[in-house]
Parts: sequence; structure tokens; C-alpha cells
Amino acid sequence: MDGTQEPDNGDVPRVGLFATCLVDAMRPSVGFAAAKLLQDAGCIVSVPKAQTCCGQPAWNAGDRADAAAIARQVVDTFGAFDYTVAPSGSCAAMLRIHYPALLADDPVWKGRADALAAKSWELVSFLTDICGVKSTGVHHDGVATYHDSCSGLRELGIAGQPRTLLAKVDGLTLREHDTADVCCGFGGTFCVKYTDIAAAMTDKKIDAIAATGAQTVLAGDLGCLMAIAGRARRRGIALRSRHVAEVLAGMADRPAIGEGE
Amino acid sequence: MSARDDILAALRVGAANRRASASASDPVLPARATGDAIALRDRFVEMARFAGASVGSAVAAGIPAAISAYLSKERLGDRVVLAPEPALVSLPWRSAPRLEVRTGVPGPEDRVSVTAAIAGAAETGSLLVSSGSRTANAAHVLCETHIAVLPAGDIVGGYEAALSRLRGDGGAMPRAATFITGPSRTADIEKTPQIGVHGPKRLHILLVNE
Amino acid sequence: MNSAARGFPERAAAALADPVLGAALDKLQGEFRRDRGAMLSRMPEFEALRDRAMTVRNYALADMDGLLEQFERNVIATGGTVHWCRDAEEARATVTRLCREADAKTAVKSKSMLSEEIALNDALVDAGIEPVETDLGEYILQLRRETPSHIVMPAIHLNAGQIGDAFRKSHSDRDSGRDLSNADALLAEARATLRRRFLDADVGITGANALIAETGSILLVTNEGNADLVHTLPKTHIAVVGIEKVLPTLSDAMAVVRVLARSATAQEITSYTTLVSGPARTDEADGPRAFHVVLVDNGRSKMLAGPYADALRCIRCGACQSLCPVYGAIGGHAYDAVYAGPIGAVLTPALGGLERAPHLPQASSFCGQCEDVCPVRVPLPALMRRLREDSFRRPDIAVAGRRLTRFWSWAARRPALYRPGLRLGLAMLRLLGAHRGAIRSLPFISGWTGARDFPVPEGGSFVEKWHASGREPKR
Repeated sequence: MDGTQEPDNGDVPRVGLFATCLVDAMRPSVGFAAAKLLQDAGCIVSVPKAQTCCGQPAWNAGDRADAAAIARQVVDTFGAFDYTVAPSGSCAAMLRIHYPALLADDPVWKGRADALAAKSWELVSFLTDICGVKSTGVHHDGVATYHDSCSGLRELGIAGQPRTLLAKVDGLTLREHDTADVCCGFGGTFCVKYTDIAAAMTDKKIDAIAATGAQTVLAGDLGCLMAIAGRARRRGIALRSRHVAEVLAGMADRPAIGEGE
Repeated sequence: MSARDDILAALRVGAANRRASASASDPVLPARATGDAIALRDRFVEMARFAGASVGSAVAAGIPAAISAYLSKERLGDRVVLAPEPALVSLPWRSAPRLEVRTGVPGPEDRVSVTAAIAGAAETGSLLVSSGSRTANAAHVLCETHIAVLPAGDIVGGYEAALSRLRGDGGAMPRAATFITGPSRTADIEKTPQIGVHGPKRLHILLVNE
Repeated sequence: MNSAARGFPERAAAALADPVLGAALDKLQGEFRRDRGAMLSRMPEFEALRDRAMTVRNYALADMDGLLEQFERNVIATGGTVHWCRDAEEARATVTRLCREADAKTAVKSKSMLSEEIALNDALVDAGIEPVETDLGEYILQLRRETPSHIVMPAIHLNAGQIGDAFRKSHSDRDSGRDLSNADALLAEARATLRRRFLDADVGITGANALIAETGSILLVTNEGNADLVHTLPKTHIAVVGIEKVLPTLSDAMAVVRVLARSATAQEITSYTTLVSGPARTDEADGPRAFHVVLVDNGRSKMLAGPYADALRCIRCGACQSLCPVYGAIGGHAYDAVYAGPIGAVLTPALGGLERAPHLPQASSFCGQCEDVCPVRVPLPALMRRLREDSFRRPDIAVAGRRLTRFWSWAARRPALYRPGLRLGLAMLRLLGAHRGAIRSLPFISGWTGARDFPVPEGGSFVEKWHASGREPKR
């Protein structure tokens, strides 16, 4: 499969892939994994060039004006697709939950924001809940654990879906760590503004993961994974961090996050 | 303007904003607070024990002997202070000759207090006790061991039903109405659960069978 | 007393370096998670109970003025007195006056976070009245001259050794060679010492978990039974309560009871759940002759009219603290506020002003655990975000990274500039990282590299690579 897509025949869902600023900048392979998963599920994937960021940094910093401006830009860029899908719970939650709140008082944009929100999805839950994917049919040897990124879990209710698909990955043993639903300490700019508090939280996450004997940690958000990978490396702890899309797409042969080439 | 005027005036402004989106709602009674008399009695006993109380039962005439047996089994001596409720005082205490029964308000030397409960709420195995003209409210919590006598017919499902029993038709509340669930406890020392910090170390509930 | 001179970052750093505190917090949070899971399996209707509690609290806030007036009428009808206080100073003065009028030398107290908020104990001491805390945790803190670190478990940060030392120092009339090495010995000594104080006290001061308008009653919940001795044994009972605690009916109070202990300690209900209505009746066997309710505003009526009003639903269960990962890392004292953790991050600036605690709404990863467990569904992360909005607009409040965030937003809105800028930045990072995989130190993001290695980017932008690959569908 060379990835060339067939022309749209009207029945096939057209997905606008919202790469997220972290995937775009730090780990493009996650974007390609997401595209493969979506195409294998029968979607036509488009990556609008005008995308940059969902506006979370401004939103969480309390800069409502900038957040609203970015929201309008995203609504404009992605409005035409059947679905907008992001390989990130926090960015998907931004589009799905916070854009309507941000633009609620804007008579011009409220309707469009609500429309985009209704069609915006996090990647894995889109595959299972909308595309009906039961298995991605790949093989990956190893023992892994899954970290529930907070936004995906609590704002979008994503918990069973990644585990369902990972259970079908041949050769993969999934072991739960007892605090899978506890924050890893990333929190966007939180981990940079309150470095030591965040690092203490990441340490607890890493220790809980280590207690399972898992060699790899998987999650649906790259921010979490970068924080975990970076802290584990600093502590000299051997732990591979990958985006769950990499494993599900059978594209986990690249170096893990923070690993040398 | 008095403080009262100032506060109420400020509240009127703030409350007005919220009135449109607020509504009354019906009580939510957990399944545990429902059932027939037999189910509620069993549940009351189960939940009271779960909360750390011990539960026994006897017919009215057998209560003094049951208390004597309990004290004997737990090695709590022979003396009790009895709340001066007619229903308790009129029990056949002579059928438990070993017991030394003093009627009155518990003092520093009293280790076992016997009082009457008004109702039992099965949902959490809670007793409803009350202050009153005869029973000192402190009698329910002062002594190391509290024996509460509760007619089994006064076991109800939920807290509201228990309070209805207390208030009766007039609707008046006593000075103090207390739901007691198990003995006194704390976890303030290193989060270790401990029993009997200020209130009783032991709560024994004696159900009176009809 | 905790040093107020050090700011939040310094206090947090000190807390992170404290192994006794760290162990206590790990125990608190780990056990709480476990116990809460057990509670949920025992109560399948818990979500419905939460919804009911939230609705009840909202309904009460929407009629706070009318309900407080009804409450006052009914307290008076039972023979009690109601006092209204706009702020902490008026509240302290009122309670002190009532104690003086009762010729009080000692006042036993049950746990009241509001009395901490208004700094009541200091005022009593200044007036020559000795306050004696009877909740075991509060008593220990009183001996150590410390403030509570958790709403419901105030001394959770201490170990048994520290408690034993406090007893040894303060209970000087006892045999200095006695064994205080275990929790049972500590408990027995506390029970005996405080029993004497209950019996001798002139005044009993409680807080209240709720005010019930229908009957003029107050709700008091404890596990120890100390509140029942405090409001029964002395001649005068004074309840000091925040005005937002009012509820319409007894049935509403039971709705709160059904979620309070379950959320606070994962118990079904506290050992003692009491409704007090007025002073002792003329023919009553025991009880106080005088009953006073001191209603305290202290910023609440103003909050009701503002954007943080939902936080007034709070029933002070402390569940948000028991699960918050930030609280779990630094403990309550690092917040330097009466209320710590997520609820404290909202209440402290909402009641006292942002300038009083600028860090608190910022020091959160917005994980949402707090809102998830709040029995009255206070939208804590949204309220913290709203406080951040207020902070962002205020030049007098220093917000870390304000300029960086604005620059990022500026760039994100200009894809034509963003793309080449990104290309340049990524190229630089790859140069710095070479083939090592991660960068150990980067001066302009020392907030990251201070604690973590920074993963080197894979190379190139996904959006650009995608379009260069020809995979974008033709229109």
C-alpha cells in the first residue's frame, strides 16, 4: 500500500487529520501512523496545511482572546470535513468541548463551532466507536502498559477503546499499572512552570509503570509521553515511550521517544 | 445598615442570577433503604455490624438477661447506668440478679450506659437517639460501652423515615437528634483506624422482638 | 506557625524534600483510592446521589437570602439566637462577646474550618478565654501550634512519633517515663485528658455541616463523638457557620449526609450525625441553656454574585485534596491558605483576592480528578481556568510564561510564518541533539530540562512531509 488515496466517491468518510502541534513538530511518524489507521478503516485522509495548534496553551493560560482567535481559525480550516480526528485526547477535547464554550457568545461562530465539535474525535475512540474497528491486525512483541491521559479519560471518556484494540495486537502483553488514571505531571505548561512538582508526579507514574515490569508505556497523547520519556531518561530508567497509534498501526519499529537513532 | 441588612442585600443580588437555573428535586432513596420488614431488619443488622456495632435480640422480658449475658461475655463488670425511660425502667431487671442497675445520668465512674433508641435506619445500620426530658443526651456518648435498646418494629429503611418517627405529627425537633452508626472512631494518628476516642468503644444494639 | 514569608514555590520545594510528609501523603492517597473504590461498589446509586446533592446545593444557593431568614425565624422559635457577621473581624468579636457574657474561662471546640478561616482561637486567647480543640487531629495541631493541612484529616501530615513528642511536651503532669510508642497509648491519653476538659468547659463552640431552614437546625457530623459532648455538656453552645451552608429541608440535609462521609473518608456515614435545634428545653435532662448561631459572610455573598459562585456548593468533604496529584506531592501547608488543594485554589483567591494567592490557580495540571470526585460537582478546573483569565488580564499579577504563551498564539495564527519558524527551530534542536535522542540542557526551556531530558524531534514537520509525499487527496 503506497498510501495513494482513491478519489472521494461520496460514501467514504472524509477525515481532516488534526495532527496536533506536538506530533507535527516532534514526531511526524505518529501522524503517518494515524493516517494509516484511518485509511485502513476506510477513510479518506486529508491534512489541511493551515493547521498549527488547537489553542490549548492560550486557553489554559487564561488568554481567552487568543484562544478564541485560534479556535475560529481551526473551525474555518476543518469545517468542511465529515470528521476531524486528532491523535490526542487533549486536542480533541479542545475542539469537542471547549470550542463551543469559547465561542458560545459569538453569534457568527457559535453554530460553526458546535458543528465542528459534533464531528471532532480522538483517534482511537474514532476507530472503535465510529469506524467499528475491532482489531488492527498487527503484531508487536513485548510487555506494555497503558497510561490514560487525563483529558482523553475525563473529558472524552476514553478508557476501554485503546485497551480493546491493544488486546488484539498479536504478541503484545498489556499489564495495567495501578495508577493508570492518575496524571503523569505533563499538564502542558504546568510541567515547565512548576517543574519540581510535575517531576514528582512523573516519578510516581514511572515507578508505578516500573512495578509492572512493562518495557513500554503507551498513551494517546504525545505530551504525556514526552514528559515520561524525558524524566525516565534523566533518572537512567530504561522505559520506552510510544504513542499507541504507532503500535496499532504496526509502525513501532522506529526509535521510541527520546531514543537515539 | 446592620450586618444582617448588608448581608441579605448582597445575597439578594447574587441569588437572583441563579434562580432561573435552579430547581427542586425529589429525594433519591438508595435501594438499600427499601424493602419489607424482614429485609429491612436483616439489612439493619448487617449494616450495623459492618459499622462495628454488635447486635443481639430478645423479647422485652429477656432484655435484662441479655444485657447481663453481654456484660459477662465481654468482661465489662456488673454495673450499668440506665436512662430513666419508662420502657426501660419497667423491664424485669430482677430477672438478671447479677446486674447492679442505677437509674440516672452517667457519671465519671459509669462504664456501661443503657439507653433507648427511637428508630433504626437500615440503609446504614444507624440508630436514631434523642435528647429529652428523661434521657440525658450525653448518656448516648459518655460511657465506654453503650447498649442501645431498639424495638425491632422501629426499624425503617432510610434516614427520612426515622426522622418522621421522631418528629411525629407536631413536627417539632428535639434539641439533639443523633444518628449513631457504630462506635466512636478516628484515623487521625497516621490514618490508623482506632476505636473509642471520645465516645463509646463499644456499641451493642439489642433489638426487642415483638 | 508556618512561615508566611516564603512564597508558594519555596514552600512546595520544601514539602517535596520532606520524606515524612511524602510517606504520609502516599498513604493518604493510595488508601483513599482503594477505599473509595470499595465504597462505590457498595453504593451503585452513588452518581444519582451526587446529582441530587448538587441540585439541592444549587437550589439552596439560589434562595440563600430567603432560606437564611427562614432559618433565623426557626432558630428563634426554638429559643436560640442568630447573629450576622459580615467579616472575620465581626465574627471574632461576636463569639468573644458571647463567651464573655457566659463568663467563660474555657471553651471546648469541635472541628470547624470556618473558625480557622476567621482565626477565632487567637481572638479567644487574646480575650483571656482558653479554646480547647477536642477533635483529636485538631488537638494535636493545637499542641504543636500548627494549622490543619487537610479539610477532614487535619493532622494527616504527622507521624506517631511527632504526636507522641507533642503529648510529652504538653501533658507535663504525667509520668515522663510512660510509653507513648504506639497509637493505642496516644489515644488513651488523649481521651482521658480531653474528657476532663469537656466536663469543665463553660462554652462549647462547634461549626456546622449544614443549616436547615425548615426547622432551624444545624447538622453536625463527626466520627469521634466530640461534637456531641461539645454541644451537650457546657452551659452555652455557639455554632459558627458560613452562610453558604444553608439548606431548605431535613430531606435536603439527608441528601448531603448520603454523599458527605462517602466522599470524605469512603465510610457509609460518620459515627455521629446530629441535628441540633435550639437550646435545652425547660424540662430537658441536660444540654446548654443558651444556643447561638453566628452566621459568617466573609466574602461569600460577593462570591455568589460572581463567576466563582459554583464553588459555594462545596460541602467540605476534602475528597478533591485526597485525590489531587499536586496536593499529593506537596501537602496542604505548601498552599499557605486555610483551604488547600483544588477547592483551596479556588476559594482562597475568590474569597480573599487573587493577589493573596496568585500561584494557587496556576499550580494545576487540570487533570480533572477533583471535579470527577466532587460530590456536588463543583467544576474546579473550569473555575481555576477562569481565575487564570482574571490573572492574565492583570498587570499586577505575575504570570509565568505570559509573553511566551502570547508569542506562541501569535505564531499559531499565522501559518505562513509558523511553518518556516518551525523548520528553523526543529533544525536547531536536531543540531543540538545530534544522534543522542534527547537533550540534557536547553537554556531557554530550563523549566523542562531542569528535571527532564528533552526528546530530539524526529526531523521535519508532519504537515510538510505529508504534502511532500503526494498523499493529500486531490480536490
